[in-house]
Amino acid sequence: MIVQAIAFYAFAAVTLAAAVMVIAARNPVHSVLFLILAFFNSAGLMVLLGAEFLAMILVIVYVGAVAVLFLFVVMMLDINFAELRQGFLQYLPIGGVIGLVLLAELLLLLGSDAIGSIAPAVASSAPTPPINEVTNTAALGELLYTRYVYLFQAAGIVLLIAMVGAIVLTLRQRVGVRKQSVGKQLRRRREAAVELKKVVPRGGV
Amino acid sequence: MNALLAEYLPIVIFLIIAAGMAIAVLAGSYLVAPQRPDAAKLSAYECGFDAFEDARRQFDVRFYLVAILFIIFDLEVAFLFPWAISLSKIGVFGLISMLVFLGVLTVGFIYEWKKGALEWE
Repeated sequence: MIVQAIAFYAFAAVTLAAAVMVIAARNPVHSVLFLILAFFNSAGLMVLLGAEFLAMILVIVYVGAVAVLFLFVVMMLDINFAELRQGFLQYLPIGGVIGLVLLAELLLLLGSDAIGSIAPAVASSAPTPPINEVTNTAALGELLYTRYVYLFQAAGIVLLIAMVGAIVLTLRQRVGVRKQSVGKQLRRRREAAVELKKVVPRGGV
Repeated sequence: MNALLAEYLPIVIFLIIAAGMAIAVLAGSYLVAPQRPDAAKLSAYECGFDAFEDARRQFDVRFYLVAILFIIFDLEVAFLFPWAISLSKIGVFGLISMLVFLGVLTVGFIYEWKKGALEWE
């Protein structure tokens, strides 16, 4: 139990410190690396909660794909980051207000028992099964594809839209590019391509 | 709960050893090796020349397109894991639900194939 508590405070402290460093680091590449550190520690927190599936998905999707894409963008884009950071303090009040609104929403949702039952339906409609009987992944699977089928299909539609949107926004066909045509290559017969000539020695062609 | 976390104990030990090794190596080289800081040691090295240009430059947007398409299919596969575990419990409805989901994404896959987004010119 004590190891669990130590692990929780270590993960939480490193997550917070890394999150602060994301916005405080001078070099944007360092910011992204701190973001990856924050993701890893959040995954550790989720493992402590027993949410193994979410922890692994966080590592695979966020660390493996999203953060690497961020790193790609930050390293490759031709932007003067020192100039971008000029208005940092200017936006601090707006960012602070948004953070407070999010905090209030979280308190309303999670602390509904303490404040008074504001959102009772959320808590009681799908109780979490005990972790010793059903693993986290199986518990998710039993609900996600049947009870929440509409949300699941909506996720599919969102992914489809993201796919189509990315293609529409970025795909440019270049003209005058010579591509390989497999069908044309396979249709070509030997007679049309190679001609055998009998050459007399010292006679020339 | 604790049985679950006990399975992660080897990983915790591994992390502690890894962090300890990293700190020991860095601290050791810091303490033992002579420190003679010089501006030239920190500057970019490009085969003896001064650096010609900045490392950041314009990049073909196709790399991002490939990366975004990869993330989308990565997420699609992530949805398959809980489904595969609990398929025996959610029955035919779960099967059809997943088939519809995969069908929607297959539409997108056919779209990007036909548009030539997967081809590199």
